[in-house]
Amino acid sequence: MLPYKTHTEKIRLIQKAQLSLIENVEFFLSQISVHKDINAFNFLFDDAIDRANKIEQKIKEGTSGKLAGMVIAVKDLLSVKDKPLTCSSKILRGFEAIYTATSIEKLIDEDAILIGKTNCDEFGMGSTNENSAFGPVLNPLDKLKVPGGSSGGSAAAVAANFCDAAIGTDTGGSIRQPAAFTGTFGIKPTYGRVSRYGLTAYASSFDCVGPIAKNVLDLALILKIISGKDELDSTSSESNEIQFPSQNKKYKIGLPKEYFKEGLTEEVKTGIEITIENLEKTGHEIIDISLPHSDYTIAAYYILATAEASSNLARFDGVRYGLRNEKIRTFDELYNLTKTEGFGKEVKRRIMLGTYVLSSGYYDAYYSKAQKVRRLIKEDFDNAFREVDLIISPTAPSTAYKIGDTVNDPLQMYLGDIYTVSANLTGIPAISVPYQSENSLPIGIQFMASHFNEEILLDIAQQITE
Amino acid sequence: MKEKYEAVIGLEVHAQLITNTKLFCACSIKFGSPPNSNVCPVCLGHPGALPVTNKQAIEYAVLMGLAVNCVVNEQSIFARKNYFYPDLPKGYQISQFEKPICENGHIEVKTAEGSDKIIRIKRIHLEEDAGKSIHDQGSDTLVDLNRCGTPLIEIVTEPDISSAKEAYEYLINLKQIVTYLGICDGNMEEGSLRCDANVSVRKYGDKLGTKTEVKNMNSFRNVERAIDFEIKRQIEILEEGGTITQETLLWNADLNEAFPMRSKEESHDYRYFPDPDLMPIVIDEKWKTKITSKMPELPKVRRERFIKQFNLPEYDAEILTSTKDMADYYEAVLEFTDDYKSASNWVMGDISKVINENKISIKDFSISPKNIGKLIELINNNTISGKIGKELFEELLKSNIDPEIIIKEKNLVQITDSSELENVIDKILSSNSIQVEEYRNGKEKVFGFLVGQVMRETKGKANPQLVNEILTKKLKG
Ligand SMILES: [Zn+2]
Repeated sequence: MLPYKTHTEKIRLIQKAQLSLIENVEFFLSQISVHKDINAFNFLFDDAIDRANKIEQKIKEGTSGKLAGMVIAVKDLLSVKDKPLTCSSKILRGFEAIYTATSIEKLIDEDAILIGKTNCDEFGMGSTNENSAFGPVLNPLDKLKVPGGSSGGSAAAVAANFCDAAIGTDTGGSIRQPAAFTGTFGIKPTYGRVSRYGLTAYASSFDCVGPIAKNVLDLALILKIISGKDELDSTSSESNEIQFPSQNKKYKIGLPKEYFKEGLTEEVKTGIEITIENLEKTGHEIIDISLPHSDYTIAAYYILATAEASSNLARFDGVRYGLRNEKIRTFDELYNLTKTEGFGKEVKRRIMLGTYVLSSGYYDAYYSKAQKVRRLIKEDFDNAFREVDLIISPTAPSTAYKIGDTVNDPLQMYLGDIYTVSANLTGIPAISVPYQSENSLPIGIQFMASHFNEEILLDIAQQITE
Repeated sequence: MKEKYEAVIGLEVHAQLITNTKLFCACSIKFGSPPNSNVCPVCLGHPGALPVTNKQAIEYAVLMGLAVNCVVNEQSIFARKNYFYPDLPKGYQISQFEKPICENGHIEVKTAEGSDKIIRIKRIHLEEDAGKSIHDQGSDTLVDLNRCGTPLIEIVTEPDISSAKEAYEYLINLKQIVTYLGICDGNMEEGSLRCDANVSVRKYGDKLGTKTEVKNMNSFRNVERAIDFEIKRQIEILEEGGTITQETLLWNADLNEAFPMRSKEESHDYRYFPDPDLMPIVIDEKWKTKITSKMPELPKVRRERFIKQFNLPEYDAEILTSTKDMADYYEAVLEFTDDYKSASNWVMGDISKVINENKISIKDFSISPKNIGKLIELINNNTISGKIGKELFEELLKSNIDPEIIIKEKNLVQITDSSELENVIDKILSSNSIQVEEYRNGKEKVFGFLVGQVMRETKGKANPQLVNEILTKKLKG
């Protein structure tokens, strides 16, 4: 076990020479090695110990950065210069990134120690981490269960004590749902708060980079570091600095009636009810609200996200890097054979779906209409946030699925995203806070806030955790 | 037979912008660098790399729009044009589709009959160029991505052009405008200006015929020839009772013929959709005003000014303003002389001859405008004769130094000393007594001969006016 709970405590121990950073990294590496079957990592970084040595020195000299010595795992969709980048896909086998993602650069600048690249669903497409060229990731809390996805490796690594925290990415719930399934904290920031430069695009207008951590303090600390306008990402924005810890405010919390109609498992329902009761008891106000277009959320999301994906993944063609079938003789074969061999089933399914909805003759019926729905859903949320500060819901309708359960039923898997995709469609921030019920795996309580109000998400998360 | 038909032609012109960097990354657009050296994660299409729009390219596109009377859209959006080709790293080209940066403009061209005709411009949009595929190096296709991401504007006309000649005139005008704006070097042979033509024919009064697209014309003359070819081909088919197939043809300049492209290559569904990586381009009034303030004088305005300000014939003004460089050179000469017409004659005559013979731009012409101006002044103040002026010009071509130094060194100063000239003339008269006699008997033509003898004797340095005066006096006396 670790002798500290938060990063602040860790620094203090190192300063007092009660903790060796090298031994700390070695401990994580040994845990990874002992629990290899969890399969959380695609690659480990062999310079982690070296860095630990240097940073320990800096901590003692008082010259270290804000994340000094925090051991962080990075989802294998993000570029780290000279390290493998595979997106858990066969199509990028052997590829090494030639530059570092802006968000990761910021971690490095603040003296975090990157321990390795975590497994995920191929290109972020999936909710179970079973769609990976590196094989499925097991849930450390119950190895017969999935850890969720697509940031399953990141969440599992945090839950299994393979690192202090991890960076995930969230396109339709890919940080929050695995956080829920593994009993960790995960936040999807406001779209634009964290640079996407260096994040391999799945659906560009949805993709967000965010942290998964063991506590709200560490989560907030990492989020603050990776935030900010980036000249290399035109969609990133200048934003208010996150003030945290903040002062225990009382909030108006909206409860959308559309979210509790059906499909919720008993343990999730109970967990939410108890949480709501506690919130009321501690002085927060629960208000019934309506998000009238909720029924169209999943459809709009899968049309728009796959449309963008079909174009984003076109670049993986074997011409400049990555897998290339050696038998090719013509241009057509170059594309056909390379993509057929390189992409997994779920990725192919989404590329085909996205290509279809953008095709001439279908564009208006699908893509344009889904854009309209996206606007309507945004309006729903704008209206709601005129009345409330936060919206509460489960993160996922159930606890972690059994491995293999959704493999032949992708629609079931898509429907599991019902609570998470709204935040991606609207660009608002959302957090998943673990709730440990009796006799079951943890569930996630999700809070959403309006644009750039991560501060109150962190505050409410801190309050219900205490 | 041909008289029954009219041609309906629209042109799509791609102009490569000469910005400092590529449209979406900081790479150089320099021509002629080693293959794949001006590249970065963005233009190589590496995972996670994102485009950031080059402001200079936006300003160039807006300048063009303003120059051809377009409406500049306050908001325009980039769209992805999806297709697979090895020299297209991202698998899509970032272009504009539904909302281009400029719309609804026009250019005036001269028709064959000499009247002005309006060619409407439907839209101007910004997009990135693809790389280059090289197919002629063995069995492999090689890809050079230096050009990939170079900013282009596509200028699309309405189908207002009705002959190959008019298309040619339009292109010449367009080239003039882009080079005056300094946004494109206008070189069709090197591909910095590219033109595709949509051509159809119909009998007068009929509804529009089926159009074909002709591509791959790499010079202004080839565009003219290809369109002429295509009009003739379509009329022949119709006259034989056939129908026109909508297709794309590639012009073969060696064979002077256009051939259909393989049909597979043109059956694209580009699946355009707004690029989620880029915010809309917003050009507010403030920015537009700033761009407008950078608008240089355009060819037409400059031509008219030349006529008014320098009192030049229309013909001179037309030639002098045909390129910005020539007009600039001319005006630079005028800083050293007020003889507008002589300056015009030198630029259109001797100077143009030299640059045409050497196939160089006037920018690379070796004699400075200052020295041409001085040359003109030396003639006008009688320091040298016009004939010596030509000689001096030849000397200046050899070395562009101060003309006054040359005439001193080469002893070219005009003889204006009448006593010196009288001696020469006396000598000529005495050695040509027969001709003198003839003149005095009324054969006045001989006068010219005697002048010529004097000029020869003085190696052309004699002041012609003075020679005339003295000679007349002596012959009469
Ligand atoms: Zn570049």
